[in-house]
Amino acid sequence: MTITLGHYLVLGAILFSIGVAGIVINRKNIIILLMSIELMLLAVNINFVAFSRYLGDAAGQVFVFFILTVAAAESAIGLAILVTLFRNRRDINVAKIDDLKG
Amino acid sequence: MNFPSIAFYVFAAVTVLSALSVITVKNSVHAALFLVLSFFSTACLWILLQAEFLGLVLVLVYVGAVMVLFLFVVMMLDINTESIREGFARYVPVGLLVAITMATEMVLLIGARPHAQDLAPADPAQVARMSNTAWLSQALFSQYTLPFEIAALILTVAVVAAILLTLRRREGTKSQNPGEQVRVKASDRVRIVKMESSQPAQVPSQPAAQAPDAAAPEKAP
Repeated sequence: MTITLGHYLVLGAILFSIGVAGIVINRKNIIILLMSIELMLLAVNINFVAFSRYLGDAAGQVFVFFILTVAAAESAIGLAILVTLFRNRRDINVAKIDDLKG
Repeated sequence: MNFPSIAFYVFAAVTVLSALSVITVKNSVHAALFLVLSFFSTACLWILLQAEFLGLVLVLVYVGAVMVLFLFVVMMLDINTESIREGFARYVPVGLLVAITMATEMVLLIGARPHAQDLAPADPAQVARMSNTAWLSQALFSQYTLPFEIAALILTVAVVAAILLTLRRREGTKSQNPGEQVRVKASDRVRIVKMESSQPAQVPSQPAAQAPDAAAPEKAP
Protein backbone atom coordinates (compact mmCIF):
# COMPACT_ATOMS: atom_id res chain seq x y z
CA MET A 1 0.00 0.00 0.00
CA THR A 2 1.56 3.24 -1.10
CA ILE A 3 0.89 6.76 0.02
CA THR A 4 -1.34 8.62 -2.38
CA LEU A 5 -2.37 12.23 -2.79
CA GLY A 6 -5.51 11.44 -0.78
CA HIS A 7 -3.50 10.62 2.33
CA TYR A 8 -1.91 14.06 2.35
CA LEU A 9 -5.21 15.77 1.59
CA VAL A 10 -6.90 13.96 4.48
CA LEU A 11 -4.06 15.01 6.77
CA GLY A 12 -4.49 18.61 5.60
CA ALA A 13 -8.26 18.41 6.17
CA ILE A 14 -7.79 17.09 9.70
CA LEU A 15 -5.22 19.75 10.56
CA PHE A 16 -7.44 22.50 9.17
CA SER A 17 -10.38 21.25 11.22
CA ILE A 18 -8.20 21.20 14.33
CA GLY A 19 -7.30 24.81 13.61
CA VAL A 20 -10.96 25.79 13.27
CA ALA A 21 -11.82 23.94 16.47
CA GLY A 22 -8.97 25.73 18.22
CA ILE A 23 -10.36 29.10 17.19
CA VAL A 24 -13.82 28.17 18.50
CA ILE A 25 -12.58 26.59 21.74
CA ASN A 26 -9.94 29.12 22.79
CA ARG A 27 -11.98 32.22 22.18
CA LYS A 28 -10.44 34.13 25.07
CA ASN A 29 -6.76 33.45 24.55
CA ILE A 30 -5.42 35.48 21.65
CA ILE A 31 -2.07 33.66 21.62
CA ILE A 32 -3.73 30.29 21.04
CA LEU A 33 -5.90 31.98 18.40
CA LEU A 34 -2.76 33.04 16.53
CA MET A 35 -1.37 29.51 16.87
CA SER A 36 -4.61 28.07 15.44
CA ILE A 37 -4.30 30.37 12.45
CA GLU A 38 -0.76 29.09 11.95
CA LEU A 39 -2.09 25.52 12.06
CA MET A 40 -4.68 26.29 9.38
CA LEU A 41 -2.02 27.87 7.17
CA LEU A 42 0.13 24.79 7.68
CA ALA A 43 -2.74 22.56 6.53
CA VAL A 44 -3.15 24.65 3.38
CA ASN A 45 0.60 24.42 2.77
CA ILE A 46 0.49 20.62 3.07
CA ASN A 47 -2.17 20.55 0.37
CA PHE A 48 -0.11 22.82 -1.87
CA VAL A 49 3.03 20.71 -1.53
CA ALA A 50 1.10 17.46 -2.12
CA PHE A 51 -0.57 18.82 -5.22
CA SER A 52 2.74 20.19 -6.49
CA ARG A 53 4.21 16.69 -6.25
CA TYR A 54 1.11 15.11 -7.76
CA LEU A 55 0.92 17.43 -10.76
CA GLY A 56 4.69 17.81 -11.17
CA ASP A 57 4.29 21.57 -11.14
CA ALA A 58 6.64 23.92 -9.30
CA ALA A 59 3.93 26.55 -8.86
CA GLY A 60 2.53 24.84 -5.79
CA GLN A 61 5.84 24.95 -3.96
CA VAL A 62 6.43 28.55 -5.03
CA PHE A 63 3.06 29.42 -3.51
CA VAL A 64 4.01 27.69 -0.28
CA PHE A 65 7.09 29.89 -0.22
CA PHE A 66 4.94 33.02 -0.51
CA ILE A 67 2.45 31.78 2.07
CA LEU A 68 5.30 31.19 4.51
CA THR A 69 6.50 34.76 3.90
CA VAL A 70 3.10 36.30 4.47
CA ALA A 71 2.40 34.10 7.50
CA ALA A 72 5.70 35.11 9.09
CA ALA A 73 4.88 38.78 8.54
CA GLU A 74 1.38 38.24 9.89
CA SER A 75 2.51 36.57 13.09
CA ALA A 76 5.21 39.20 13.66
CA ILE A 77 2.71 42.05 13.36
CA GLY A 78 0.10 40.13 15.36
CA LEU A 79 2.52 39.59 18.21
CA ALA A 80 3.60 43.25 18.08
CA ILE A 81 -0.06 44.29 18.37
CA LEU A 82 -0.40 41.84 21.25
CA VAL A 83 2.56 43.39 23.06
CA THR A 84 1.17 46.93 22.69
CA LEU A 85 -2.25 45.68 23.78
CA PHE A 86 -0.76 44.13 26.88
CA ARG A 87 1.19 47.31 27.62
CA ASN A 88 -1.96 49.40 27.50
CA ARG A 89 -4.39 47.10 29.28
CA ARG A 90 -2.27 44.67 31.36
CA ASP A 91 -4.54 41.91 30.07
CA ILE A 92 -5.03 40.05 26.81
CA ASN A 93 -8.52 38.70 27.32
CA VAL A 94 -10.26 38.98 23.95
CA ALA A 95 -13.68 39.36 25.56
CA LYS A 96 -12.60 42.57 27.28
CA ILE A 97 -11.39 44.25 24.10
CA ASP A 98 -14.61 46.10 23.36
CA ASP A 99 -13.53 49.74 23.25
CA LEU A 100 -14.94 50.18 19.77
CA LYS A 101 -18.35 48.86 20.93
CA GLY A 102 -18.65 46.72 17.83
CA MET B 1 3.84 -1.71 4.18
CA ASN B 2 7.09 -0.25 3.02
CA PHE B 3 9.22 2.18 4.91
CA PRO B 4 7.87 5.46 3.41
CA SER B 5 4.31 4.44 4.32
CA ILE B 6 5.29 3.72 7.92
CA ALA B 7 7.18 7.02 8.08
CA PHE B 8 4.16 8.87 6.68
CA TYR B 9 1.82 7.40 9.27
CA VAL B 10 4.21 8.11 12.13
CA PHE B 11 4.81 11.73 11.09
CA ALA B 12 1.13 12.32 10.37
CA ALA B 13 0.13 10.89 13.75
CA VAL B 14 2.67 13.08 15.54
CA THR B 15 1.48 16.13 13.61
CA VAL B 16 -2.19 15.57 14.40
CA LEU B 17 -1.65 14.68 18.05
CA SER B 18 0.57 17.67 18.70
CA ALA B 19 -1.91 19.93 16.88
CA LEU B 20 -4.64 18.61 19.17
CA SER B 21 -2.41 19.32 22.16
CA VAL B 22 -1.83 22.89 20.94
CA ILE B 23 -5.51 23.74 21.17
CA THR B 24 -6.30 21.85 24.38
CA VAL B 25 -3.29 22.30 26.63
CA LYS B 26 -3.56 24.75 29.52
CA ASN B 27 -0.17 26.39 29.49
CA SER B 28 0.57 28.69 26.54
CA VAL B 29 4.27 27.84 26.64
CA HIS B 30 3.43 24.16 26.26
CA ALA B 31 1.10 25.03 23.39
CA ALA B 32 3.92 26.85 21.61
CA LEU B 33 6.25 23.90 22.12
CA PHE B 34 3.64 21.49 20.76
CA LEU B 35 3.24 23.76 17.76
CA VAL B 36 6.99 23.47 17.22
CA LEU B 37 6.65 19.68 17.24
CA SER B 38 3.77 19.90 14.78
CA PHE B 39 5.75 22.10 12.41
CA PHE B 40 8.78 19.87 12.66
CA SER B 41 6.93 16.68 11.79
CA THR B 42 5.22 18.49 8.93
CA ALA B 43 8.66 19.44 7.65
CA CYS B 44 9.56 15.74 7.79
CA LEU B 45 6.42 14.98 5.77
CA TRP B 46 7.41 17.54 3.13
CA ILE B 47 10.86 16.02 2.87
CA LEU B 48 9.10 12.67 2.42
CA LEU B 49 7.27 14.33 -0.49
CA GLN B 50 10.68 15.31 -1.91
CA ALA B 51 10.07 18.98 -1.25
CA GLU B 52 13.37 19.25 0.58
CA PHE B 53 13.87 22.98 0.23
CA LEU B 54 10.49 23.85 1.71
CA GLY B 55 10.94 21.33 4.51
CA LEU B 56 14.20 22.97 5.52
CA VAL B 57 12.72 26.44 5.14
CA LEU B 58 9.85 25.42 7.40
CA VAL B 59 12.31 24.32 10.07
CA LEU B 60 14.51 27.40 9.69
CA VAL B 61 11.80 30.05 9.41
CA TYR B 62 9.07 28.61 11.59
CA VAL B 63 10.80 26.53 14.22
CA GLY B 64 13.80 28.82 14.25
CA ALA B 65 12.25 32.26 14.06
CA VAL B 66 8.49 32.49 14.32
CA MET B 67 8.05 30.01 17.15
CA VAL B 68 10.92 31.58 19.10
CA LEU B 69 9.07 34.88 18.70
CA PHE B 70 5.91 33.22 20.01
CA LEU B 71 7.78 31.79 22.99
CA PHE B 72 9.37 35.18 23.63
CA VAL B 73 6.01 36.93 23.72
CA VAL B 74 4.32 34.20 25.76
CA MET B 75 7.06 34.30 28.36
CA MET B 76 7.33 38.10 28.37
CA LEU B 77 3.65 38.75 29.02
CA ASP B 78 2.26 37.98 32.42
CA ILE B 79 -0.92 36.19 31.43
CA ASN B 80 -3.69 35.39 33.83
CA THR B 81 -4.54 31.83 32.80
CA GLU B 82 -7.74 31.55 34.82
CA SER B 83 -9.64 34.40 33.19
CA ILE B 84 -8.50 33.28 29.76
CA ARG B 85 -9.60 29.69 30.25
CA GLU B 86 -13.12 30.58 31.34
CA GLY B 87 -15.77 29.33 28.94
CA PHE B 88 -13.45 26.62 27.63
CA ALA B 89 -15.84 23.78 28.53
CA ARG B 90 -18.78 25.71 27.14
CA TYR B 91 -17.23 26.06 23.68
CA VAL B 92 -15.86 22.52 23.39
CA PRO B 93 -19.10 20.92 22.06
CA VAL B 94 -19.56 23.64 19.44
CA GLY B 95 -15.93 23.41 18.39
CA LEU B 96 -16.05 19.63 18.15
CA LEU B 97 -19.26 19.76 16.13
CA VAL B 98 -17.87 22.28 13.66
CA ALA B 99 -14.52 20.53 13.33
CA ILE B 100 -15.89 17.01 12.93
CA THR B 101 -18.51 18.11 10.41
CA MET B 102 -15.92 19.98 8.41
CA ALA B 103 -13.37 17.16 8.50
CA THR B 104 -16.01 14.60 7.48
CA GLU B 105 -17.13 16.73 4.55
CA MET B 106 -13.62 17.26 3.30
CA VAL B 107 -12.65 13.60 3.70
CA LEU B 108 -15.79 12.55 1.81
CA LEU B 109 -14.89 14.95 -0.96
CA ILE B 110 -11.35 13.60 -1.14
CA GLY B 111 -12.56 10.00 -1.04
CA ALA B 112 -14.96 10.57 -3.92
CA ARG B 113 -12.20 9.78 -6.41
CA PRO B 114 -9.84 7.43 -4.63
CA HIS B 115 -8.35 6.18 -7.88
CA ALA B 116 -6.23 8.44 -10.04
CA GLN B 117 -4.62 9.81 -6.88
CA ASP B 118 -1.35 7.94 -7.03
CA LEU B 119 1.64 10.20 -6.76
CA ALA B 120 3.98 10.11 -9.73
CA PRO B 121 6.68 7.52 -9.06
CA ALA B 122 9.48 9.90 -9.96
CA ASP B 123 10.04 13.27 -8.42
CA PRO B 124 9.33 16.00 -11.03
CA ALA B 125 12.58 17.72 -10.13
CA GLN B 126 14.50 14.53 -10.79
CA VAL B 127 12.69 14.10 -14.09
CA ALA B 128 14.06 17.52 -15.05
CA ARG B 129 17.51 16.35 -13.83
CA MET B 130 17.74 19.01 -11.15
CA SER B 131 17.72 19.16 -7.40
CA ASN B 132 14.53 20.30 -5.74
CA THR B 133 16.08 23.65 -4.85
CA ALA B 134 17.24 24.33 -8.41
CA TRP B 135 13.87 23.25 -9.77
CA LEU B 136 12.03 25.55 -7.41
CA SER B 137 14.35 28.49 -7.89
CA GLN B 138 14.09 28.23 -11.66
CA ALA B 139 10.35 28.82 -11.39
CA LEU B 140 10.75 31.41 -8.64
CA PHE B 141 13.27 33.60 -10.42
CA SER B 142 11.85 33.41 -13.93
CA GLN B 143 8.09 33.08 -13.81
CA TYR B 144 7.49 34.52 -10.36
CA THR B 145 10.07 37.30 -10.12
CA LEU B 146 7.57 40.07 -9.45
CA PRO B 147 5.75 38.16 -6.68
CA PHE B 148 9.14 37.40 -5.17
CA GLU B 149 9.98 41.09 -5.02
CA ILE B 150 6.56 41.88 -3.60
CA ALA B 151 7.21 39.30 -0.91
CA ALA B 152 10.42 41.14 -0.04
CA LEU B 153 8.42 44.36 0.16
CA ILE B 154 5.87 42.71 2.46
CA LEU B 155 8.65 41.58 4.77
CA THR B 156 10.08 45.11 4.86
CA VAL B 157 6.67 46.55 5.69
CA ALA B 158 6.27 43.92 8.41
CA VAL B 159 9.61 44.85 9.95
CA VAL B 160 8.74 48.55 9.94
CA ALA B 161 5.26 47.88 11.33
CA ALA B 162 6.47 45.58 14.09
CA ILE B 163 9.15 48.03 15.21
CA LEU B 164 6.81 51.02 15.02
CA LEU B 165 4.11 49.25 17.01
CA THR B 166 6.39 48.27 19.87
CA LEU B 167 8.55 51.42 19.91
CA ARG B 168 8.03 53.73 22.85
CA ARG B 169 9.85 56.64 24.42
CA ARG B 170 10.55 56.15 28.07
CA GLU B 171 10.90 59.00 30.52
CA GLY B 172 14.32 59.43 32.02
CA THR B 173 16.35 57.59 29.42
CA LYS B 174 18.96 59.27 27.28
CA SER B 175 18.93 58.74 23.55
CA GLN B 176 20.52 60.22 20.48
CA ASN B 177 18.65 62.22 17.92
CA PRO B 178 20.18 61.25 14.57
CA GLY B 179 18.41 64.08 12.73
CA GLU B 180 20.01 66.74 14.86
CA GLN B 181 23.35 64.98 14.66
CA VAL B 182 23.25 65.11 10.88
CA ARG B 183 22.08 68.73 10.74
CA VAL B 184 24.91 70.02 12.93
CA LYS B 185 27.24 72.71 11.51
CA ALA B 186 30.85 73.54 12.27
CA SER B 187 29.79 76.73 14.05
CA ASP B 188 27.85 74.64 16.54
CA ARG B 189 30.92 72.67 17.48
CA VAL B 190 33.86 75.13 17.54
CA ARG B 191 33.93 78.72 18.78
CA ILE B 192 36.99 80.87 17.94
CA VAL B 193 37.71 83.34 20.69
CA LYS B 194 39.90 86.40 20.09
CA MET B 195 42.32 87.11 22.89
CA GLU B 196 45.28 89.34 23.39
CA SER B 197 48.37 87.66 22.07
CA SER B 198 51.18 88.95 24.26
CA GLN B 199 51.07 88.60 27.98
CA PRO B 200 54.12 88.19 30.15
CA ALA B 201 54.31 84.93 31.99
CA GLN B 202 54.14 85.59 35.68
CA VAL B 203 54.23 82.11 37.11
CA PRO B 204 56.48 79.85 34.99
CA SER B 205 55.29 76.66 36.68
CA GLN B 206 51.76 77.10 35.23
CA PRO B 207 52.11 77.73 31.50
CA ALA B 208 48.84 76.04 30.60
CA ALA B 209 46.74 78.60 32.40
CA GLN B 210 48.10 81.36 30.20
CA ALA B 211 47.61 79.71 26.80
CA PRO B 212 44.85 81.27 24.70
CA ASP B 213 41.69 79.23 25.00
CA ALA B 214 40.84 78.61 21.38
CA ALA B 215 38.24 75.89 21.41
CA ALA B 216 35.10 75.84 23.45
CA PRO B 217 34.07 72.45 24.84
CA GLU B 218 32.02 70.37 22.44
CA LYS B 219 28.33 70.79 22.70
CA ALA B 220 26.56 67.49 22.48
CA PRO B 221 23.15 67.66 20.89
